[in-house]
Amino acid sequence: MATTLIINGETKSFEAPPDMPLLWVLRDILGMTGTKFGCGIAQCGACTVHVDGKAVRSCVLPVGAVTNRAVTTIEHVGSTPAGAKVQKAWLDAEVIQCGYCQSGQIMSAAALLAATPHPDDSDIDAAMAGNICRCGTYVRIREAIKQAANGRQS
Amino acid sequence: MNAHNSVSRRALLTGGLAGGFLLAFHLPLRAAVNEPVQPPDTTDGKFTPNAFIRIDPDGMTTLVMPQVEMGQGIYTAVSMILAEELDGDWSKVRLLHAPANEKLYGNPIFIIQATGGSTSVRAFWKPLREAGASARAMLVQTAATQWGVDPLSCTTSKGVVTHKESGRMLTYGALAAAASGQTPPKDVPLKDPKDFVYIGRPFKRLDTPDKVNGKAVYGIDAIVPDMKFATLAQCPVFGGKVGKVDDRAAKKIPGVRKIVVLDDLVAVVGDHMWAAKKGLDALVIEWNEGPNAKINSKAIWDDLRAASAKDGVVAKSTGDIAKGLASGEKLEASFELPFLAHATMEPLNATVHCKPDSCEIWTGTQIMARVQSEAAKAAGLPIEKVIVNNHLLGGGFGRKLEPDMVVAAVRIAKQVDGPVKVVWTREEDIQHDVYRPVYRDTIAATLSDGRIVGWKYRIAGAAIIARWLPPAFQKGIDIDAIDSATDVPYDIPNVHVEYVRAEPPAVPTGFWRGVGPNNNVFAVECFIDELARKAGKDPVEFRRGMLAQQPRFLSVLNLAAEKANWGQQLPARVGRGVCLQPSFGSFIATVVEAEVDEQGEINLRRATSVVDTGIAVNPDTIVAQVEGGLIFGLTAALYGEITIDKGRVQQSNFNDYRMLRINQTPKIEVHVVKSGEAPGGIGETGTTAGPPALRNAIYAATGVALRRLPLDRKLLAAGKKA
Repeated sequence: MATTLIINGETKSFEAPPDMPLLWVLRDILGMTGTKFGCGIAQCGACTVHVDGKAVRSCVLPVGAVTNRAVTTIEHVGSTPAGAKVQKAWLDAEVIQCGYCQSGQIMSAAALLAATPHPDDSDIDAAMAGNICRCGTYVRIREAIKQAANGRQS
Repeated sequence: MNAHNSVSRRALLTGGLAGGFLLAFHLPLRAAVNEPVQPPDTTDGKFTPNAFIRIDPDGMTTLVMPQVEMGQGIYTAVSMILAEELDGDWSKVRLLHAPANEKLYGNPIFIIQATGGSTSVRAFWKPLREAGASARAMLVQTAATQWGVDPLSCTTSKGVVTHKESGRMLTYGALAAAASGQTPPKDVPLKDPKDFVYIGRPFKRLDTPDKVNGKAVYGIDAIVPDMKFATLAQCPVFGGKVGKVDDRAAKKIPGVRKIVVLDDLVAVVGDHMWAAKKGLDALVIEWNEGPNAKINSKAIWDDLRAASAKDGVVAKSTGDIAKGLASGEKLEASFELPFLAHATMEPLNATVHCKPDSCEIWTGTQIMARVQSEAAKAAGLPIEKVIVNNHLLGGGFGRKLEPDMVVAAVRIAKQVDGPVKVVWTREEDIQHDVYRPVYRDTIAATLSDGRIVGWKYRIAGAAIIARWLPPAFQKGIDIDAIDSATDVPYDIPNVHVEYVRAEPPAVPTGFWRGVGPNNNVFAVECFIDELARKAGKDPVEFRRGMLAQQPRFLSVLNLAAEKANWGQQLPARVGRGVCLQPSFGSFIATVVEAEVDEQGEINLRRATSVVDTGIAVNPDTIVAQVEGGLIFGLTAALYGEITIDKGRVQQSNFNDYRMLRINQTPKIEVHVVKSGEAPGGIGETGTTAGPPALRNAIYAATGVALRRLPLDRKLLAAGKKA
């Protein structure tokens, strides 16, 4: 039975069991590898995507639960105003080290800014504490979110 | 830049492997790292003066990266060093992952082709500058010959040779074809550092733009046409074997294509990772656990404590230790560090296509050539039939200094028609790591008139070097295990350092970010604070008094104290702790400020590091590495411990092998001192600094002298005293 999703504005149909997490549909069926596998149990946030604009962990989200809902991934988040600001701030603040977790960090930050355009530190903590960065880029993530919110140029 | 372009490895570079490890550790490598990539080819119009640089007729400059990018910013630093001496055009630079080729890309410190030990800039500083300068000299010579002028009358900048007197100019691209026939000159002068135009300025990283939009390709992202996906289970008990496998339920799961049963692991191959994972979960596997099923953490610690009570091999002895220990007031303490997993954010993986006569591998590794040779053994093929395509690494931290994941993937792939991507679950990744070993360090010291007069230090732990780089393991001393123990910066007249090799049973051990210095700096700096207290001195003041001969250490210590407001009043149960470290060729002082609440929970408030790492190639990267390194180390100090029961690892994922998160992250300031000295290492320094500085902050806040990691909150509740 074909499953249909709206991913990054495009309708995609494919064969997948309904309990298959969206993460593996993106990566292994659709070849969209920007969304990362980190833990498989929603502990690290590397797999974060947007469903109807909200940040969700795609590693535990059955694809059957998002049929016909709007999914946005890291490949397309730059086309949203918040996503574009976050990407720019990430580069301006030179946040990234290995970068593996950063797809998820950027997706969480973009969802935060879309909902809360001027987050304070506790907003940032609440939105970003689910995203682990093993390289330890947290100080710059916080700074970059503030830059993105203020539209500040580096 | 195009980091995906590892496919060009075949076209660009070919060459045999050097035979084994040739030289002792820390000796400068033969000139081979600067050998031409291939015999000068005058037909294609490309200028390929050495293993690192190629200039095409259109001016496009390809730089081959001898060290792998795992987040530390080395691709940018390597490019800056090459472009500096080349006077290349930064806007026309393209980067390639180096192929497996120990002869061309061996790390001059390790000899083998490895990225680790915070050595990249230190090891390649000279060879890369020479490569750039020699290429530049050939281009200048070519232009000068064409113009009939003295090469010394020509200047270079941004990929153009100029003859000022006549106003003539030629781009490097235009000179490429003619320059390609030249023999590389010897002993080319290098730039005076005051003339650097790239080095020392904060350059934007070349690898990051593709990391904000999902385009960057890590090993786990490799896509090979028609590949299948697999995940695996190894025996949960170290060294155990597969007994019986009932695969009836697994075979019924849609998308499951094959069950691979080897002697020590089982893998399920499917149409995607989900099918493979569900298939694996549905298998009923009986393991033959073997003798290691009896091993547990308590027994390992009992063994290590017993071993550390014995005499070791002497690594250093100055003055008269018997006399030193006989005079003054004596203090003795032991410090213990646990097993640690690496938990790179990118779980272990390798994609492999085994054919009868060849094997191709897509992965991210810190040891290209060793992966190639180990894969060849596993595949039963000659080395030259194995192609390794390296990728960006989603963290390395030493885990990818081991080839085991690739070897396992090759063994699985041999049973599969077509390519297969083998991905470890996080649980498998944590439970089958190559762990940072347990260490126990005992220090006895004497104080006389408030100064240390005797210092006897014994390190007990695994000898990773003996396994990983056997030629460097000499006279029973692991040079990594004693790193930062034999070069303590303090002026102590009688010093004795010894090493006891103590291998934990069954548990595989390997390098972990910060390596030996993590262990030794922790013990030394914690103990120095205990001695300072015994001497009735402030910890910074006590250290200062022993640094008269160490201006670089004294200077970073003073600046760190100033920047961290050392000495200013703090609330109750808040403390500052200092750490001074000689590790990785850099001079670093760190102050951590932390609060301990009534229940003993630790709240990180602030961290300040002052770094003298010699010439700072890309200063912002140095700041970033120390920031991140501190968090890596503080994470270990607060949470890091792998424990063993019934021969198996008890932790499995980020729920029980915890990481520091953004809401726990303190304010961090890193100050880089200007210096004209040769560059030091940086990637691991923060990791080493974090734990002792935090522990000393807790000691200051509570008076409790913790001597084990991770820091035990139970001992810190209000009312507890050392």
